Amino acid sequence: MEERQILDFEKPIVELQKKISDMKDFASGANLELTGEIKSLESKVDKMRKEIFSGLTRWQKVLLARHPRRPYTLDYINYMTTDFIELHGDRYFADDKAIVGGFAKLDGKPVMIVGQQKGRDTKQKLYRNFGMPHPEGYRKALRLFKLAEKFNKPIVILVDTPGAFPGIGAEERGQAEAIARNLREMSILRVPIVIVVIGEGASGGALGIAVGDRVYMLQYSWYSVISPEGCAAILWRDNAFAPQAAEALKLTADDLMDLKIIDKIIDEPPGGAHNDPEGIAATVKSEILAVLTELEQLSVDDLLRQRLEKFRKLGVYQE
Amino acid sequence: MDWFKKAKSGLTGKEKKEIPDGLWSKCPECGEIIYTKQLEESLWVCPNCEYHFRIPSHKYIRMILDNGELQEYDVDLESKDPLRFKDSKKYPDRIKAAQAKSGLKDAVKAGIGKIDSIDVSFAIMEFSFVGGSMGSVVGEKIARAIERAIEREIPLILVSCSGGARMQEGILSLMQMAKTSALLAVLAGKKIPFISVLTNPTTAGVMASYASLGDVIIAEPKALLGFAGPRVIQQTIGQDLPEGFQSSEFFLEKGFLDKIVNRSQLRETLILLLKYFQR
Ligand SMILES: [Zn+2]
Repeated sequence: MEERQILDFEKPIVELQKKISDMKDFASGANLELTGEIKSLESKVDKMRKEIFSGLTRWQKVLLARHPRRPYTLDYINYMTTDFIELHGDRYFADDKAIVGGFAKLDGKPVMIVGQQKGRDTKQKLYRNFGMPHPEGYRKALRLFKLAEKFNKPIVILVDTPGAFPGIGAEERGQAEAIARNLREMSILRVPIVIVVIGEGASGGALGIAVGDRVYMLQYSWYSVISPEGCAAILWRDNAFAPQAAEALKLTADDLMDLKIIDKIIDEPPGGAHNDPEGIAATVKSEILAVLTELEQLSVDDLLRQRLEKFRKLGVYQE
Repeated sequence: MDWFKKAKSGLTGKEKKEIPDGLWSKCPECGEIIYTKQLEESLWVCPNCEYHFRIPSHKYIRMILDNGELQEYDVDLESKDPLRFKDSKKYPDRIKAAQAKSGLKDAVKAGIGKIDSIDVSFAIMEFSFVGGSMGSVVGEKIARAIERAIEREIPLILVSCSGGARMQEGILSLMQMAKTSALLAVLAGKKIPFISVLTNPTTAGVMASYASLGDVIIAEPKALLGFAGPRVIQQTIGQDLPEGFQSSEFFLEKGFLDKIVNRSQLRETLILLLKYFQR
């Protein structure tokens, strides 16, 4: 494991885990009985992890959402689904690699699954544009959503983006229009839509594929109007104040549950999703299947009325 | 306008500095010194270069609506502080300061007015109020303006002027984009016309929601229009932006705008469009 793939607050846990694994190796090599020692160290790790993770700051949760080993959309698709057939292109301009999608089966149940995709190594990061879509990404997503609607398949959306890409081409091709259109069109798609924020949910770049019937967040994901860095740059005039901005923005899953923005928090394995990608994928899958069963009981009219009402009521004001 | 140019050429550098605020105004685009009364008469458009000065919402109401009258709704809607947000200032203090400065409760006025005797649901944003930013109050007032258009089956006109969603209300501000856009889907389903008017600037969360969803979208000349702010783009790509990037003219050229309309033609253009929309 590369050193830089461990967050500062993970270090004591990882070090202790290494000690346990070394001890296990030594014990089996030297034919020694160290079960007791190992057990006590393991319970020490559990205790330490619980302590550290119960006291995480909002900024530390943002770092977990961005963890270099955190499972991304295609990892979930890989673990959760079978028969995935990726569909490409917006039919107008290009295929945006920062958004992936296609038909897939969840326990044999056909769905349309779409999400932003980040890259793991430098080459992949560039290929995926760091998970920052261009307008053609939002237009591809909408094409796939309409395809799902046409053939009456529910839509599953995984959100994980540091934002819609701010660049010349993105502006030339109408980033704002692409997102706005998705917000309007998604509100009237005549099939159930379930959204899970699996990592980062930055601003319009996230919302552009996040209008639906249920919005869930993983325990260590974040979702807000702007990234902590962007907020810090504007209000504190310095990116270095991102941790303060993260606190102020109230962007964690717990915060959004308190603010009644999301419907559910999906708990992550101890230490975060990257400690058990397969496990978290199984949890996410069963949550999606459960809520789809629920949503499919509704008539289309009820589904659309409830979806509109869900977003219509959001806002805090006095009069 | 001859007298005006004479007035300018007659000034020395020293005198220029001593021009009292209010009597004379300087065009930020071409530097022309303009008699403020003349500027007021030309609807705050520079007679030399057509630069459109930013004007407060009440001036648009006077300019666009019959008798300059807007029957305002939801005037008492006021922001709360759901995040207890604090940067260098507490959010409620920011709001209080903006309210004192503007005399408004938040960054939009909405209501019912007439344009050439046609009833319209009308809303106009006020940039001087925290950059015209959209939080819960702006979102709710726009949402209600859309609903009034739906209930009364009258056209909707939204005049935007905003730097985007309001950071101090975090995720709640973001959700106003979805709320307003979802209601616009209902409006569109009822075939009720929506004209979106963009003024300088209309960017980010407002541009990426209702402002982009008009049946017809018109903008004043040389307005800053776009998703990301120019500074953010510059920092991201590490190069200078092309001349005229993200202007109304750029937006028109790229196909995201129906028409650029000089302020003096705005009311006439709206009347013409509204008549075409009548069934
Ligand atoms: Zn000028």
